[in-house]
Amino acid sequence: MAYVPEPLPDTNRVPRGGGLLRMLTSRAVLAPIGAVILFLVFWEFIVWANSWPDYVMASPSDLPAAYSQYWNLFLIMGWQTLWRTVVGLVLAVVVGVLIGMAMGFSRTTRDALYPLLVGFNAIPKATLVPIVALLFVGAHDFNTVLIAFMISFFPIAVSVSIGLSTLEPEYRDILRSLGASQTTIFWKIALPKTLPEFFGALKVAVTLAFIGTNLMEIVSPHGRGLGALFDSGKTNSDYPLMFAVLIALAVLGILLYYVVVALEKIFAGWAERTPTQ
Amino acid sequence: MEKLIEIKGVRHAYPTGQGPLPVLDGLELSVEEGGFAAVVGPSGCGKSTLTKLVAGLMKPDTGEVWLHGSRVTSPRSTVGMAFQNPVLLEWRSILKNVMLPLEIVPTKLTRSQQEDRARYLLSLVGLEGFEDKRPSELSGGMRQRASLCRALVHQPEVLILDEPFGALDAFTREDLWQTMHLVKEKEPFTGVLITHDLREAIFLANQVIVLSGRPARTQYVLPVPNTGPRDLEHLYTSEASEMLAILRHQIEVAQGRAPAEETSAAE
Ligand SMILES: Nc1ncnc2c1ncn2[C@@H]1O[C@H](COP(=O)(O)OP(=O)(O)O)[C@@H](O)[C@H]1O
Ligand SMILES: [Mg+2]
Repeated sequence: MAYVPEPLPDTNRVPRGGGLLRMLTSRAVLAPIGAVILFLVFWEFIVWANSWPDYVMASPSDLPAAYSQYWNLFLIMGWQTLWRTVVGLVLAVVVGVLIGMAMGFSRTTRDALYPLLVGFNAIPKATLVPIVALLFVGAHDFNTVLIAFMISFFPIAVSVSIGLSTLEPEYRDILRSLGASQTTIFWKIALPKTLPEFFGALKVAVTLAFIGTNLMEIVSPHGRGLGALFDSGKTNSDYPLMFAVLIALAVLGILLYYVVVALEKIFAGWAERTPTQ
Repeated sequence: MEKLIEIKGVRHAYPTGQGPLPVLDGLELSVEEGGFAAVVGPSGCGKSTLTKLVAGLMKPDTGEVWLHGSRVTSPRSTVGMAFQNPVLLEWRSILKNVMLPLEIVPTKLTRSQQEDRARYLLSLVGLEGFEDKRPSELSGGMRQRASLCRALVHQPEVLILDEPFGALDAFTREDLWQTMHLVKEKEPFTGVLITHDLREAIFLANQVIVLSGRPARTQYVLPVPNTGPRDLEHLYTSEASEMLAILRHQIEVAQGRAPAEETSAAE
């Protein structure tokens, strides 16, 4: 009469751990590198085939010159852009999570805030740039962080609110029936259960925050950051510099994105299941 | 024998957009210590509401709920619950899922004793060797077994099961009935089982309570001579068929598909 468990099906989990070498030679790393190389070759070829001069379209082979000429500027400006984006993003996470919690836990707050948030999100942030710049004249860092924040908190707030409000009541009841407090329920269940949605939103927010930072850097005069470097390339008709900035931005964007992916693996890796082929 | 669970004259209504929705009206139920009551009734009649009242998750509008001689006004750690949805936490191993209640209720057990207890329960329900698996790696029936262990780990006096086997296929369900008997023998509890399966009710419980349609009142109580673990063959005896016939009739009455008789509502 004893119960004999049915045999386990083949599990589809990602193998944990693994050496650095195996990681670097894995498909996950080699495939994107290959794609980047193909892209650069294609770009070079198009410019060469059309015999465009570099004031129409720079080619990848022009870029090393631009980088070696301005490498110190790239480091300084890149750092400016990076830290302001990250601060804006951290702000977006804090405020977004708080708004998301307020909306996730209370129907009234949700009904009250949704139209306001959606309306705010619908405003193109480019239109806010001059307003903010006029409002806080000269406060470059603050303005830039503010725009990065404003453009990126929305997806975080929405994902947290949806994650919390769609928590099945049974999850709550299991702990509540044992006399657990709301805080305990939040830490033990609501928060971890929302993490996959949160990280999904954070990946979107990273890119958005980046756009926000650069919008401000390009538009505001005497600015700092890669956006300002791009602007100076434009004023001086230094096309290779402009393209070099774009590539640097892309690299920073990719870097930040993968930082988020790494955090996601650490904190919400349990939600990951490789698709069955 | 002492009544461990007692529900007296409970009425309850939910506030809705169209005014209050009366769900329970004149509910009476009592379960002696070590007893196992199955509650059946038309769907939506208020069975889950009843479990929330017993667990202290809600207070009835009028009437009283008593557990072990004291009135229930808030949740208490002497209750264990399991639902149709096993609600296991995907970011925890099966073992850690089972140990969850011990993180909430005060316990004298040391960390390693807690773990031993969880492992013991898992082996009792046949999940030995699955302690470190994630919930998603288990089948539906196995998850339900784990959920049962979690409901029992803090040695509750009262076990509340709300259609725990409702989503399982017939064979898995019958396996779990046997497991329930085994568990009840080794880990004695006083239980309330909500179910829509009349065979399950008479196989597991020692009394079956039929609720009327919404708002639910206690319509009929059928005592079941229950002698603990036994074969499924018992469901095919004439005694069982008689009980099933009575219950089926009572359900039809509750659904309004058959006229009530004079003899109903035994207390
Ligand atoms: N929180 C609630 N608010 C309003 N109505 C509810 C709520 N919970 C349940 N109900 C309603 O009360 C009735 C009884 O619910 P429930 O106790 O879950 O029934 P059962 O478990 O017997 O199917 C149903 O009609 C349901 O729609
Ligand atoms: Mg129900």
